[in-house]
Amino acid sequence: MLEVRAATVAFGAPRSKSLKLALNAVSLVLPAEPSITAIVGESGSGKTTMTRLMLGLLQPTQGTVFYDGLDLRQLDRQAFARYRREVQAVFQDPYSVYNPFYKVDRSLLLPLQRFGLVKNREEAYERIQKCLQAVGLLPGDTLGRYPHQLSGGQRQRIMIARALSLEARVIVADEPVSMVDASLRATILESLYRLKTEQQVSLLYVTHDLTTAYQIADRIVVMYNGQIVEEGEPESVIHAPQHAYTRALVAAVPPPDPSIDWGLDTQALPA
Amino acid sequence: MNDERGGEGFAAGPPQGEMRPLGGQRSTRSDERGGHILDVRDLHVEFPTALGPALAVDGVSFTLDKGMRLGLVGESGSGKSTTVLALMQLIKAPGRISGGQAILAGDDLLAMSAQQMRSVRFSRIALVPQGAMNSLNPVLTVRAQIDDLLDAHGQKPEPKERARHVAGLLQRVGLPENVADQYPHQLSGGMKQRVCIAIAIALSPQVIIADEPTSALDVIVQKQVMQTLIHAQREVGAAIILVGHDMGLMAQFAHVVGVMYAGRLVEIAPVQEIFANPRHPYTRMLISSLPSFATRKVFRGIPGVAPSIVNPPSGCAFHPRCPRAEQRCSREIPVDDVLAPGHHVRCHFARELPPVNAAGEALA
Repeated sequence: MLEVRAATVAFGAPRSKSLKLALNAVSLVLPAEPSITAIVGESGSGKTTMTRLMLGLLQPTQGTVFYDGLDLRQLDRQAFARYRREVQAVFQDPYSVYNPFYKVDRSLLLPLQRFGLVKNREEAYERIQKCLQAVGLLPGDTLGRYPHQLSGGQRQRIMIARALSLEARVIVADEPVSMVDASLRATILESLYRLKTEQQVSLLYVTHDLTTAYQIADRIVVMYNGQIVEEGEPESVIHAPQHAYTRALVAAVPPPDPSIDWGLDTQALPA
Repeated sequence: MNDERGGEGFAAGPPQGEMRPLGGQRSTRSDERGGHILDVRDLHVEFPTALGPALAVDGVSFTLDKGMRLGLVGESGSGKSTTVLALMQLIKAPGRISGGQAILAGDDLLAMSAQQMRSVRFSRIALVPQGAMNSLNPVLTVRAQIDDLLDAHGQKPEPKERARHVAGLLQRVGLPENVADQYPHQLSGGMKQRVCIAIAIALSPQVIIADEPTSALDVIVQKQVMQTLIHAQREVGAAIILVGHDMGLMAQFAHVVGVMYAGRLVEIAPVQEIFANPRHPYTRMLISSLPSFATRKVFRGIPGVAPSIVNPPSGCAFHPRCPRAEQRCSREIPVDDVLAPGHHVRCHFARELPPVNAAGEALA
C-alpha cells in the first residue's frame, strides 16, 4: 500500500566531500493487509529519514514513494488529501506536538473538521470519544484538559486516537515510547498493537529498542548507515541474527535477570 | 564474577517518627564502624507550590557501602533525581531540603555551608549528569574543563603532573589522549559521556552519582558507557548511585536496587533478592512490565497514572493503582518493614504476598 522504491536521500552539496547519504537506494514495502513493520537502528542509520519519506515530508533525491501504486508527486489534490488523511504520524515527543495554550480537544477536533469527516460538533465528539476508548483512555478524564495536565503516556495515546478518528490506514510512529516512562510503555504498545488487530490499521514502528519491536512487530527491518542490512520475522531476526550489526543490537539489550552475566563487570573496557 | 554483588551489611535507617532538624553536629558513625560510606537518614525535600508544599522526597533513608553500586528506580516525578541532587545540595530555590541527614564518612552533607559544599563537590561526591551534551562547555576543550575542576580544588598545580593526570583520567575511561585537546562538538555522545565520567573521577571521590547517564545515548553505546563507569569506579574505589528507570539495566548494574514511588522509597533490597522475591506490588509490576526476548504480544503495563505529589493519595500512595489494595491502604501509610537483612518494604501486605515467579506473575 505504501512503498518506498530505490530511494536515496542526500544531504549536502552534490559531489562535495561532505555529502551525506541518509538513505542509500533503499526499498521498503508496507503490505496492503494490516501489519506491523518495525524499523530498528541507531541514530543516523536513516530510520527517521525513512519515516519522513513515507509521510511525504521529504522528497527523495532519487527514487520514488508510492501510495496505492501511485507516485506521491503525481497525486492530484483530492488524492493527496486522501493520502494525508490515511497516513498519519505519531511523533517521538508527546510534549511538543500540542499547543500548550489550547485544550487537547482542539487537536482532535481540527483535523476532523478540516477533512470534512463530521457534520457538527456533536458528531465530532461522538467519534472522538469512541476513539479515545479504543486506545484505553476515559473520555471524561481526557477531554477538556490542557496538555500539561496529562501524562506523556496519555498524550501519546491521544495522538493515536486522533489518527484513528481520521480513519487512518497507516500510522507511522517514530520512537513513540522512547520519551515515556518504562512502566507506561506497555500500555502504549498495547494500544498500537490493538490498532492492527481491532481496527485494521497498519503500523510502521520506528525504534532503537529491539525488545519492543520484538513484542509487537510482524516484521523487523534493521537499518545501518542508510541501508537495510537485515529484515525478517521477529523470531529469526532476534534469535538468529545474520548481520553483525543486528547481533550487536541484540547483545546491547541488558537481560532483565541479575543471574545472567551481561559482561558489565567481566568484559574488558571497550576502546 | 559477581563477587561484589549481594550488598552485604546493607541496611536502611530505621523509620523516623519526627522530622530531624537541619543541623549541625558531626556524626562519628562512619566507615570505621564497618562499612557505610554514606548514610542518608530520613531525607525530606519540598517545593512550595500555589496548592501547598509538594513533598518531592518524603523520608528517604538508605546507606551505601564502599564500592557498592546502588540503583534508584522509579517513574518521572517519583523523587529519584531529587534525592541524589539533594545529596549535593543542588536543589534549586524555591525547593529546599526540609529535613534529614546525609552523612558522608562522618560529615553531614546537608548541614554544610555553601562554601564547604563547593569543596566537597567532586572531591568527595561527584556527579555524572544526565545529558553529557548539555553539561560540557562547548567553547572549551576537554582539558580546559578538567583544569577548571583541578584549579577550583587547588589540585595538581604543577603543569607536567597535571598533564599526566589528565592523560591518566582519559585512559581510565578508554579515551585516547588527544581527546584532551578537542572540543565537545568533535566528540560523539558516548565519548562526551566518558569525558563526564573522567571529570567525575578526577579527584577520586568516595561517591559518584550518575543520573540517567545513558538515556540520551544509543543502545550499543549505553553498554560501553556503563562498562566505563564500572571500570572508573573500581579504579578510584568509589560507591555509585545510579538513577534510572530501566529495571533491565539495574539488574545488570546494581548490587542493591531501591524503588521509589511518590517521593518514598517503597522497596530496597539486594539485586538478586529484589528480582527473585519482589515484595511491593509496584516493584513486582515494574519487573513484569519489562519487555524481553522471551515472550511476544504480552503487554503488562502498570495501569493508572503517576500520583500528584502536591496532593498525593492518602495512606499508601500506590493504593489507587494497586491490585492488592484494601481499605486500610487508603488510610494508613505503610511503615518500613524489614523482611531480611537489607530488604526493606513499605507495604501492609509485604509479609503475606507469595513469592513471585520469573515471569512476574501470581499477584495475590
